[in-house]
Amino acid sequence: MMTQIVFYVFAAVLVLSATMVVSARNPVHSVLFLILAFFNAAGLFLIAGAEFLAMTLVIVYVGAVAVLFLFVVMMLDVNFTQMRESVQRYAPIGGVVGGVLLVELLMAFMHWRAATNIGQIAHLVPSSPTRTNTAALGDVIYTHYIFLFQACALVLLVAMIGAIVLTLRERPTGRRQNIDRQHDRTVADSLEMLQVPLGAGVDAQGGFLRPHESYDIAAVPGTYGTEAWRVAEAREAAGNALVVTTPATGTKGEGDE
Amino acid sequence: MADFFFHTTLGQLLLIVLESLAVLVPLLLGVAYLTLAERKVMAAMQLRKGPNVNGPFGVLQAFADAIKMLTKETVIPSGANRMLFLFAPFLTFSLAMIAWAVIPTGNGLAIANINVGILYLLAISSLGVYGMLIAGWASNSKYAFLGGLRSAAQMVSYEVSIGLVIVSVLLAVGSLNLNDIVLAQRHVWFCLPMFPMFIVFFISALAETNRAPFDLPEGESELVAGFFVEYSALAFGLFFLGEYANMFLMSGMVSILFLGGWLPPLAIAPFTWIPGPLWLIAKILFCLFVFIWVRATFPRYRYDQLMRLGWKVFLPFSLAWMVLTAGFLMVTGLLPGGAG
Repeated sequence: MMTQIVFYVFAAVLVLSATMVVSARNPVHSVLFLILAFFNAAGLFLIAGAEFLAMTLVIVYVGAVAVLFLFVVMMLDVNFTQMRESVQRYAPIGGVVGGVLLVELLMAFMHWRAATNIGQIAHLVPSSPTRTNTAALGDVIYTHYIFLFQACALVLLVAMIGAIVLTLRERPTGRRQNIDRQHDRTVADSLEMLQVPLGAGVDAQGGFLRPHESYDIAAVPGTYGTEAWRVAEAREAAGNALVVTTPATGTKGEGDE
Repeated sequence: MADFFFHTTLGQLLLIVLESLAVLVPLLLGVAYLTLAERKVMAAMQLRKGPNVNGPFGVLQAFADAIKMLTKETVIPSGANRMLFLFAPFLTFSLAMIAWAVIPTGNGLAIANINVGILYLLAISSLGVYGMLIAGWASNSKYAFLGGLRSAAQMVSYEVSIGLVIVSVLLAVGSLNLNDIVLAQRHVWFCLPMFPMFIVFFISALAETNRAPFDLPEGESELVAGFFVEYSALAFGLFFLGEYANMFLMSGMVSILFLGGWLPPLAIAPFTWIPGPLWLIAKILFCLFVFIWVRATFPRYRYDQLMRLGWKVFLPFSLAWMVLTAGFLMVTGLLPGGAG
C-alpha cells in the first residue's frame, strides 16, 4: 500500500516535470525540471529495488550531464521572439520527422513479439536475495558481456577523441604557461649584472643582454608565445645562449621626426 | 517499550526521527562551533587573539553571529529569479544534512545502513554544485554568475578524481557498504597502504568544498564574494552553514575511507576503552583542523592552475594508482571475493 502511494507520487511528478521540460518558457527552468525528472526516475528505480541503477542515475545524469547542460544553457543569450520565429519556420520539418517516427513505432509495435519465457530470464533485481545489485550487475557486465562492454567503451573513447580533435586548435598568437620551465628557471638564467660606466648607458655594451630563457623573447616583433619558444630553442640548439636585441642606432630620434 | 519502537509503524517513524535528531543536533552544534574554531585557530596561527569578547574565550560568538543573521533583512535583488534565489541556499544546506543518513558512527550504527552507501555519498556531494550554480544564475549579477560557473567547472573536475580514488578503495574492500569499508580496515587503515590516494582525496575534498586554496568560486579579490554576493541574512547563513557542514561531511568521508572510521588505531586495551563514535568524532575534528590549517597556510590557486592540477595531475595519477591497486590485488590473490 505504502509502496504504491510512493510509486504514484514519483510517477506523477516524473510525468509532470517531463512535460514542463518541453513546455517551460525559460530554458534554465527546462533543465531544472529535467533534473527533477531524473530524480523521480531514480526514486522509481529505488522502489523497484534497483539501488545501484538509482544511484548511478543521480551521479551520472544529475551530477555530471545535467550540470554541463545547465552550465551551457545559463550562458545562452536567449532571444524569445527570435526563438518563436524559428519555431514557426522549422515546425513543418519537425512535424514530418515526428510523424514518420510515430508511424514507424506503430508498425514496430504491431509486429512486436515477446519471448515466451520472458518472465524467467528478465530480472530487475537479482534472483537471489543474498546477492547485491552491484554484484549481479558486475557479473553481467564484466563476466558475461565483457567484450561487448569494452566495445561500447571504445566507441565512447573514439567519440571523445573526435570531440577533442574537432575543438582543439593551437592559436599561433596564444601564450601558454609552461610550469616545468617556470620551475626550472634560476636567477642565473634570468638575471645578469652588467658593469655599466656611470652615465654611459648599456648601448655601448650591445644593448640589453637577455638570457635565452627570458620571457621578453615574446616581445621581439612578429614572435609570440609558442612560436617564440621555438625560436628560442632553435637559438639554443645553435649554441647561442644569449639573445641580443640591439637597438638600432639613433632609434630615439628617428620615429619622432 | 522496545516493542513499541520496533514493532509498530508509529514507533519506527518516531525512532527514525530520534535517530536523525541524534545525528543532526550534534552536527549543527559542531557546525556552529566550527566557525568559531576556524577563527580561533587561524588567529592563533597568525599571532592574534581571535573572538574573545562574547563569553569566556569568545565561546558565545557562534550564537551572537546566529542571532545577528536571523534578525537581518533578506534582500532580494531586483531582476533576480525569486523562487530559485531562495531555493538555492536551502538546497545547499539540506544536501549537507541528508548525506549524514548513511555515515556509520559505530558497527552498524547508521540511520540507513544501505548497500550502496558510498554511491549515495558521491551522488549527494555531486549535487552540491547545483546550489551554487542556481544561486549564481538566480542572483542576476555578473559576479555571482561567474562564481557559479567557476564552482560548477571546479566541482565537476575534482569529482572525477574523487570517484577514481573511491574506486581504488572499493577494490580493496569488495563492497559499496560504508560499514564494510570501515570493517575492512580492522588490520590496517587505508591511509597507510594508499597514502598517495589519501592525499589526493584530501586535496580534492578541499576543492569540492570550495575551501582555500581552491576557494575561487568566492574569490573575494576579483568576484567580491562570488556566488553568494547578493545574499544576506538567513539565506546567506544557510550557505555559510552549508559550507561548514560540507566540510564536516568531507572530513567524515576521509575518516571512513582512509582513517578507519570508528575503529581505534590499535585494537589493544587503552584504545578500545574509548567508544567508537568518539574515535570517529576525533578523526573528523583532526581533518577539520587540517582544513583550517591549510587555509591559514596556502595562498589561493589561480584558476588555470586549479584546472591543471585536477585534470593533468590528479586524474592520470589516480587512474594509474587504481590500475596498480587492481593489479597488485590480483597478483597477490588478496582481491576480496565479494559475492561474485
